[in-house]
Amino acid sequence: MSISLDEVRHIATLARLGISDERAQLAAEELSSILAHMQVLSRVDDERGAGSTGDSPIGMTLRHDAGPPIPLLRAPAFFAPEMSEGFFLVPRLATHEDPEQSP
Amino acid sequence: MSVRETAESPRGADPGALGAFEMVVGLEVHVQLLTRTKAFCRCATDFGAPPNTNVCPVCLGLPGALPVLNEHVVDLALRAAIALDCEIHPVSIFARKNYFYPDLPKGYQISQYDRPLATAGRLTSDGPADAPAATVRITRVHIEEDAGKSVHDRFAGVSAIDLNRAGVPLIEIVSEPDIRSAAAAGAYLRALKQLLEYLEVSDVNMEEGSLRVDANVSARPVGASTLGTKTELKNLNSFSAVERALDAEFARQCALLAAGERVSQQTLLWDANAGAVRPARSKEESHDYRYFPEPDLPPLVVDRARIKGVREHLPELPAARKTRYREAFALGSYDADVLTADRPLGNYFEEVARAHRDPKTVANWVMGEVRAALNARRIEIDRFPVRPADVAELLDLVAGGVLSGTAAKRVFAIMAETGERAAQIAAREGLVQIRDDEALHQWIEQVIAEHEPEATRYARGERKLLGVLVGFVMKKSQGRADPRRVNQLLAERLGA
Amino acid sequence: MTTAGFGSSSPEGTVAALRASVISGQRSPRDIVDRSFARAAEVRAGADGLNAILWSDVDAAHREAAALESRLDGPHAGQLAGIPIVVKDNIATAGSPTTCGSRILAGYHSPFEATAVTCLRDAGAIIVGKTNLDEFAMGSSTEFSAFGRTKHPLDPRLVPGGSSGGSAAAVAAGITPVALGSETGGSVRQPAAFCGIVGVKPTYGRVSRFGLVAFASSLDQIGVFGVTVADAATVLQTIAGRDPLDATSVEAPLPNYAEYPHTLRGVVIGKPREYFPEQLDPRIADLCERALDRCRALGATVRDVSLPHTELAIPVYYIVAPAEASSNLARFDGVRYGLRVTDDGLRGMYEATRSNGFGPEVTRRILLGTYVLSAGYYDAYYTKAMRARQLIASDFDAAFNSGVDVLFTPTTPTTAFAAGSRSDPYEMYLSDIFTVTANLAGIPALSLPIGRVDGLPVGGQLLAPHFGEQRMLGVAQLLEHSLGAEAHR
Repeated sequence: MSISLDEVRHIATLARLGISDERAQLAAEELSSILAHMQVLSRVDDERGAGSTGDSPIGMTLRHDAGPPIPLLRAPAFFAPEMSEGFFLVPRLATHEDPEQSP
Repeated sequence: MSVRETAESPRGADPGALGAFEMVVGLEVHVQLLTRTKAFCRCATDFGAPPNTNVCPVCLGLPGALPVLNEHVVDLALRAAIALDCEIHPVSIFARKNYFYPDLPKGYQISQYDRPLATAGRLTSDGPADAPAATVRITRVHIEEDAGKSVHDRFAGVSAIDLNRAGVPLIEIVSEPDIRSAAAAGAYLRALKQLLEYLEVSDVNMEEGSLRVDANVSARPVGASTLGTKTELKNLNSFSAVERALDAEFARQCALLAAGERVSQQTLLWDANAGAVRPARSKEESHDYRYFPEPDLPPLVVDRARIKGVREHLPELPAARKTRYREAFALGSYDADVLTADRPLGNYFEEVARAHRDPKTVANWVMGEVRAALNARRIEIDRFPVRPADVAELLDLVAGGVLSGTAAKRVFAIMAETGERAAQIAAREGLVQIRDDEALHQWIEQVIAEHEPEATRYARGERKLLGVLVGFVMKKSQGRADPRRVNQLLAERLGA
Repeated sequence: MTTAGFGSSSPEGTVAALRASVISGQRSPRDIVDRSFARAAEVRAGADGLNAILWSDVDAAHREAAALESRLDGPHAGQLAGIPIVVKDNIATAGSPTTCGSRILAGYHSPFEATAVTCLRDAGAIIVGKTNLDEFAMGSSTEFSAFGRTKHPLDPRLVPGGSSGGSAAAVAAGITPVALGSETGGSVRQPAAFCGIVGVKPTYGRVSRFGLVAFASSLDQIGVFGVTVADAATVLQTIAGRDPLDATSVEAPLPNYAEYPHTLRGVVIGKPREYFPEQLDPRIADLCERALDRCRALGATVRDVSLPHTELAIPVYYIVAPAEASSNLARFDGVRYGLRVTDDGLRGMYEATRSNGFGPEVTRRILLGTYVLSAGYYDAYYTKAMRARQLIASDFDAAFNSGVDVLFTPTTPTTAFAAGSRSDPYEMYLSDIFTVTANLAGIPALSLPIGRVDGLPVGGQLLAPHFGEQRMLGVAQLLEHSLGAEAHR
């Protein structure tokens, strides 16, 4: 299964990786070569149902609805690239998305 | 293609076109759960903290942090799912929904995907006006976490991110596309809100953001069985906005279809000011969320005992309560609706009715005087200084003829102000009804003398003048005469 | 003039001996710290030499030593009192950077500490450095660090293995007797084998991952390096246990790893044929056979077994791990911490930050992982890989259920290779061929030195059932004692 340059560009966008066309071309070749080795998996059948997690009857252990919160040894202001009045600052969104909705 | 048609005047769509098509709507509702701490960390969920103070390594998405699920989230989600008649899955799986946005600290949201907590439920709501009850099927109820908040107008040229809300627990309730009109959508939402309030799983307040609604709407020729292309509506900030937006979008789609064009799948935002929908993005963006099972969380197992426990401890639900009020208290449908609109009001009513055993009178009083007093003070019933026992006592005085209806209202007004008891107020204000026949006779004689024409006409047979004469007596007594007794005495005097 | 490092040639350099000398007052914690720093200077552990250590602060270490002094009398001295230790730089520590070998976290100081590190401190250990690694633990040679490659202590032209190469080199060079690393696909065992030391990967869920920067969440575990098996076991004992901050950490009985039978009578050792292919270097195969002979001499029975789905391991690993990694690394976006590179708008900031911040191997794996999870490919790759993973795990279950107590294999197909010699990504991936199966199945595994080929160390690997560390460590210690100095010849 080979990956095309367009596909690489597409997944680079999904992953917000910003790679140059040259790099993308190289990636297409590398990934195609790696994926070629994966063909052996196509012989595996899906009998037991994909994603089956071997459901244990115990499942995850839950925690109580109580604090105290995990302390931060330093407040966000110490490690934030840009902060003002307690808010993390980022460039203004370029699209017409409504701020309260997810993209 | 213009999207600026309004519901009132959809360009190109005549009523005939609208009538030829059927609206098909599915609703996705996100509800914030009432827990003390967040879904996956122990940060507080309280409102109004300074930005980025209710945060920790987990909800900040710091490298090395891990999620741990809050048990109360599971209980509240179960409560909602069971009340919605869903099938509860003993094993459900969390999944990552991957996308980039500044208010999403990890670059993915922990949600549930193909193995949610609950599926296949339903909600029945009374139809609008005289329309019959409608049942909408619930596709699924699942648990997920909220994102933070972004603010775009606080600083020039940048967006400001506050992650206090990131990680607050949500349940998402998805309906099947069973809704056929804007009004039906409104009825569904009101019934859902009422149910969730009764369950105390959420504040379900759209203004505060603890209840959010997205709508999927499509149009198809009446009688068709396949679904048309749907569009997604967002930025719906009230139930009426939902209804208006649905009508507007349906009209827009009908206009397109009637003109032989196709509806393209897209996300639209409701612009309440313009009364129209507009595209969400200037360019299309692919949504490939690349869901996969969340490796940091083992499967969620809820055993039968837990499900049974939640089911048994469900409070009485609105529909059941309404039926009970109609049967036990012989209340009509309208009264039962008003009194079951919220649980605390119903609780109050029942307590009064237990003490003063005339449910109709109690119902009228609670729906009338009590609610008016609450509205005037802009408070909820839990803050009302007049206790149910006190209302019952007041109504007892009226029933016993000690207070007239009018006097009772005045007494109640004072009770609401001071929290004093009725008898005390009535005595002090001199509002106790006068039923002493001698005093009443005196006033009656005076009125007959002063209003000879009316008295004569009544005596001759114009029965409806009795009320007028009683009114004159009431005025003479400054409202303190017992009108029923006056009525009786007048009738006797003038020859009933 | 050489400083005696904490090597196997100096018996007083073992954890038990050091601790005893500190408790008895014979040596002060500060002395031991100074010895560690002196050794580090002598072998040039920093950027101008081995480049094993990215950060160290002698003043901070002295302060910790002083604080320990006041705790020394009484029962609260701790299992690791006075023991100097280095920690791989993808494990969060307070008061020191955690860079994950990446530009995107250069200078980042974590505002919280990993549970395992807190366990070390509570036990009295003194953290004397953070070590180099392949960026975000993605690699098998420590050549992919943004801060330069780490050199093999025996031959600077060679790699020490990876991704925990810095920790392995530090222990092999005698800077500390023990170190923390992390495993996702063999990243502790492989460098342990290359460097001639012991490397242990616990059962998945045995040690908390809270504070371990996630690479592939369903595979990651903190692992331990030691000069001796006993030392590694002591550290593992200290950091193991259920952690309420990690939902995948398991509540399981924690035996005393220092207790083990002193015979292998009754023990069945499986020899999986898939790990001894035709093309395996015969000298490595011989060393494995010698090790098995020693086990036989101690009373063990060796039995041939088959783990038929082994050939699927590398393809499965290189689908599952990058898939999870692509999601785990999405948080590095320049918004809340770490590197931020501004460009046109928000999207520009994301892309410039990540393209400047991530190196080529990380970029490659994020692309691969994003691809296999993307619409249209999920079933063909990810679903298949998860199914194949179950098959690999079942192979081990079947073997262990058939009466086999532990499995023995070579740890790696080769000895340490030359830096720059594995330019093809997939060729590099194949160096993990014997190690990734344990990560995929979640079972515990370790590597111990079993000899040399052309002067370079060779590791033998033991694999055990889930939570079978006690038996595994016991067998390893007996074999280690039996081989003695021959393990390093």
